[in-house]
Amino acid sequence: MDQRKQFTRRALVLAGGQLLIVSGLVANLYKLQVLEASDYQVMADDNRINVRLLPPSRGLITDRFGEGMAVNRPTYQLVLVSEQTESVAETLDSIGTLIELSERDIRWVLKETSRRSGFVPVTVREDLSWREVTRVEVNLPELPGVLIEEGQSRHYPHADLAAHVTGYVSAVSEAELTGDRLLELPGFRTGKNGVEKIFEQTLRGAAGTRNVEVNAFGRVIREISRDEGEPGEELKLTIDMGLQAFATRQIGDQAGSVVVLDLFNGDVLALVSSPAFDPNAFNYGLTSEAWQALLNDPKSPLINKAIAGQYPPGSTFKMMVALAALEDGIIQPEEEVYCPGTYELGNHTFHCWRRWGHGDVNLTEALKRSCDVFFYDVARRVGIDRIVQMAERFGLGGVTDVELTGERSGLVPTRAWKEAVYGEPWQGGETLITGIGQGFMLTTPIQLAVMAARIGNGVFKVMPRLARLDGAPDVPDFAPLDVAPELLDIVREGMNQVVNNPDGGTAYRARIEDEGMAMAGKTGTAQVRRITMAQREAGDDDVEVPWNERDHALFVAYAPVEAPRYACAVVVDHGGGGSAVAAPIARDVMREAQRRESVRWPGNEETPGDPEQVV
Amino acid sequence: MGQKLGGMSWGLLALLLLTAGLGFAMLHSAAGGDMRPWALAQMVRFGVGITLTVMIAMIDIRQLHRFAYLVYGGALLLLIAVEVKGSIGMGAQRWIEIDVPGVRFQLQPSEIMKVALVLALARYFHGLAPERAGRWFSLLVPLVLIGLPTALVLRQPDLGTAMMIVAGGAALMFLAGIALRWFVGGAIAVLASLPVIWSSLRGYQQDRVRTFLDPESDPLGAGWNILQSKIALGSGGLFGKGFLEGSQSHLNFLPEKQTDFIFTMLAEELGMAGALLLITLYMLIIAYGFGVALRCSNQFGRLLALGVVATFSLYVFINIAMVTGLIPIVGVPLPLISYGGTAMLTLMVAFGLLASAHVHRDIAIPRHTGGGPF
Repeated sequence: MDQRKQFTRRALVLAGGQLLIVSGLVANLYKLQVLEASDYQVMADDNRINVRLLPPSRGLITDRFGEGMAVNRPTYQLVLVSEQTESVAETLDSIGTLIELSERDIRWVLKETSRRSGFVPVTVREDLSWREVTRVEVNLPELPGVLIEEGQSRHYPHADLAAHVTGYVSAVSEAELTGDRLLELPGFRTGKNGVEKIFEQTLRGAAGTRNVEVNAFGRVIREISRDEGEPGEELKLTIDMGLQAFATRQIGDQAGSVVVLDLFNGDVLALVSSPAFDPNAFNYGLTSEAWQALLNDPKSPLINKAIAGQYPPGSTFKMMVALAALEDGIIQPEEEVYCPGTYELGNHTFHCWRRWGHGDVNLTEALKRSCDVFFYDVARRVGIDRIVQMAERFGLGGVTDVELTGERSGLVPTRAWKEAVYGEPWQGGETLITGIGQGFMLTTPIQLAVMAARIGNGVFKVMPRLARLDGAPDVPDFAPLDVAPELLDIVREGMNQVVNNPDGGTAYRARIEDEGMAMAGKTGTAQVRRITMAQREAGDDDVEVPWNERDHALFVAYAPVEAPRYACAVVVDHGGGGSAVAAPIARDVMREAQRRESVRWPGNEETPGDPEQVV
Repeated sequence: MGQKLGGMSWGLLALLLLTAGLGFAMLHSAAGGDMRPWALAQMVRFGVGITLTVMIAMIDIRQLHRFAYLVYGGALLLLIAVEVKGSIGMGAQRWIEIDVPGVRFQLQPSEIMKVALVLALARYFHGLAPERAGRWFSLLVPLVLIGLPTALVLRQPDLGTAMMIVAGGAALMFLAGIALRWFVGGAIAVLASLPVIWSSLRGYQQDRVRTFLDPESDPLGAGWNILQSKIALGSGGLFGKGFLEGSQSHLNFLPEKQTDFIFTMLAEELGMAGALLLITLYMLIIAYGFGVALRCSNQFGRLLALGVVATFSLYVFINIAMVTGLIPIVGVPLPLISYGGTAMLTLMVAFGLLASAHVHRDIAIPRHTGGGPF
C-alpha cells in the first residue's frame, strides 16, 4: 500500500509536469497562430507569390505625316523545356535540320538544361527568320518541349536617314540601373541618345505585373492575377521624312549638316547630320570592329553635327552686324563705304576676299557681294558689345534646347569672355574679324537656322521644336524679337539680292526659279587655316589643300521671299566655298520643301496666317 | 476469454481510432487529395496494429512479466545487429531490411527498444523491495538497462530516440520511487557535462542546435525547415486555411509533411482549433492511461501503464515542440498521425501492454516468478 501510495503521489507529480508542458505548447501555438498569425501570413504569401514583370510595348516614333521612324518588329526565338522531351540532344539534332544551329549553341543548351530545373525554358536561338519559324511550327508535333516565343524588337525602317534624330536603343548599362526592376529584365532596351533618350519615359510606358503562384522549386503553378500595364505612347515628330531623305541624299557622303525649320512655329522639318550610321546595328550589338570603325572615321558619323558641330559662321554673320549698325543709327541704308580690297587698322592689314575690292558699296550691295571691308568698317564703328547683343537676340551663343542630346552652345565672344579665358583685353582687330564671322566666334548649324528663321519671321524669337506632343499649340508663344521691321526689310533685301541678283549676287547660281518659291540667303566660308601672305601672293586658295584643312562651306536661307515660311542652314565640312558647295544644296532642299509643302500638319490643313497678324 | 474481452478497454480503442482517423485525413491531404501513397498504407498498418493491441491485451500480464527481460534482450540484440549490418536510410543507420518471402519491410529496432525498456524496467522495479529503492546500488541495473541502448542509439546516430529512451527510463525510475536526490544529482551531472556533450555532437547535429537558436541566420539552409514550419503553422491562424488547402504544405515549402511535420500541416489546414482538437485527443489517451495505472493493483502493471503513457507523451511533446521551433529538430514522429510503419506498430503493441494491464488489473503478481532468466 505504501508503494502504491508513493506511486500515486509520484504519478500525480508526473501528471502535473505533463500538464505544465502541454500548457506551454498550447501557449506557444497561441503565440504563433493568433498573435503572430498575420506576420506569418505575409511570409507565407511571400513564399508562394512571385511578381513577374510584363515589359510594355515601346511607343512608336513617327514623322509629322505618320510615317514610321522607329517601330517595333516581332522577333522570334526558339525555346526548349527539357522536362517535356525525352532526349535534349536528339531534339537539338532535329531542330538543327530545320534552323541554323551552331556547335557552340548546341553545347551551351546542353549545359544549361543539365544545370537548371527541367521546367525552366532554355533559349536555343534568338532572332529566327520567318522561314525558320514556319519550318519549326510545321514540325512542332515531332518536337516535344519546343516552343516559339514572340518578342518585340526596335526597328528603324529608314536606317541611317534619320539616325541622329531618332537616336537608338540598346541594352541597359550598369550606370543606368535605377532599381526599377523593369530595367533588369534581360533584353530590355533603353534609349541611349536622340529622341529615344529624351522621351524615354513617354516611349517606355509602364510595365504590367503578373502575380504567379510558385512552389518551393520555383515552378509556376498558376497565375493569380494580371495587370497589363501601359504601352508606351506614340511620339509624333515635326520631321517630314520625305524631306529628310531628300536632304540626306543631297549632301551625299560629304561631312556636314542640313537643318530646315518652319519659321512660324519652329517645327524642325529636317535635321540631317552626315555621314550617319545605321541605328539598327546598335539594337543587336555592334562588333567591336564596327564600333572602332565608327569611332575612328575622320568624318565623325557618331556626332550630330547639326547641333554639336561648332563652326565660325563666316559671312553668314554679316546680317547681325548690319542690324546692330542700323538699329544704333551707326549707318544709314544708302551710306556707302569704299572697298579697295584691304583695310588698315593700327599696323595691321585686313583683306577682303576680292583682291581688288568692290569699290563703293552700301549695305545692300555689301551683303549681296559679301564685301568684307564694308563689314570691317561697320563692325569697328558699332563695337563688339552691340554686335554680341544683336547676335544673342537672334539665337546665337546659347543652346536652342531642341529635344536632342549633346547640343553645344557655340560661342559669341565678349570682352569679359576674352578677359576670363585669355587674360587679355579685347583687341580692335578682333572686332573686325568677328564682324565677318571669323575668329573666336562659333555657331552650330541649328543656331544658324534659327537665326535665318528669326530674320524671315521678323516678329518673334522663334525656337525650334522636334516633337509635337498632345495638346501642344500649333504656334507656341514666342517672345517678341523687337527689331524694327523697316530695318529687317533692308537686311532681307540684301539677302534676296545675294541669291536672285545676277550682278554680283554671290549665290546667284543657287536661285530657285520656280514660281513663288524664290529663296533669299547668305553664303559663308569659315576659315580653318590661316592664309599666309606668301600663299595669298601665289594665288593659292584652298583648292589643293588637304581635306581637313579646307574651309567649311555655309549657307543660310529663307523662302519664299514674298511670304517667308521655311528657313534653313547648310554646312559642309571642309567644303570650300559657301556659294559653290553649300548654296546648291540649300536651293534643292528649299525647293523640295516648298513643293512638298512640308509645313502641312495633318488634321490642320489651314496653315496659320502671317505672323505679323498674330499678336 | 469472453470475460476478458468484456473488460477490454474499449474507450481506449475508440480514442485510438479517432486519433488515427484524423491521421488518415491528414495523410490524404498530404498526398494532394489522394489516398495513395500514404493514407491507404497507414490504414492497413493501423488495422494490423489494432489487432495486435487486442491480441496483446489478452495476454496474461504474468506472462508479460515473465518474458520482460527476454524481450529486452531481443531488442538489444537487434540494436547491435543494426550496428553490424544496418542499411543506410536518411543519412543514419536505423533500419534493418527484412526480406521474408512475400513481404519486405524495414525494422527500426530503436523504436522497439522504447517499449522493451519499459517492460524491463517495470519488471525490475516490480521485484525491488521498497526499502531498497532508496539505496544507491539499486540504481545500477536500471542505469545499465537504460545506458546500453542509449549508447547504441547514439552511435547510429539518433539523438531524438536517445533522448526519449533516457527520458522514458528516468520517468519510470521516478515513478518507481527512486529517491529524489538522485534526480537532482543527475540533472546537475547532465548540465555539467553539456560542454562534453556538445563537442561529441556531430557536425550536423551542432548545426541543428545552432539554427534552432537562430533560424534566421541560415534561412535557406539549415534554418529552412524550422522557418517554413512556423510560417505554415502561423499562417493557419485560428481556424486554418481549410482541409486540403494548406498552401505551404502543398507547394512543397514544408518538407516532410507526411512524417515529422505533419502536425504543422494539420495546424495550417485546420488552424489552432484543429491543433487543439488533436492535443485534446492525446490528453484523453494519456488520462485514460493514468486511470488504468491508478486502478492497477500490481506494481508491474502500474509501471507498465505509466511507462507506456510516458513514452507516448514524449513523442507528442517532442514532436510538437520541434515543429513549433521550441527545440531543435530531432526527427521524432507524431504518434498515430505520422506516416511510418515501425513507430505505429510499436505504439499499438505498447497500447496492447497498457490494455493488458487494464484487463488484468486485479491480478496480483508475486515479486519474483520462476522460469525465464533472472
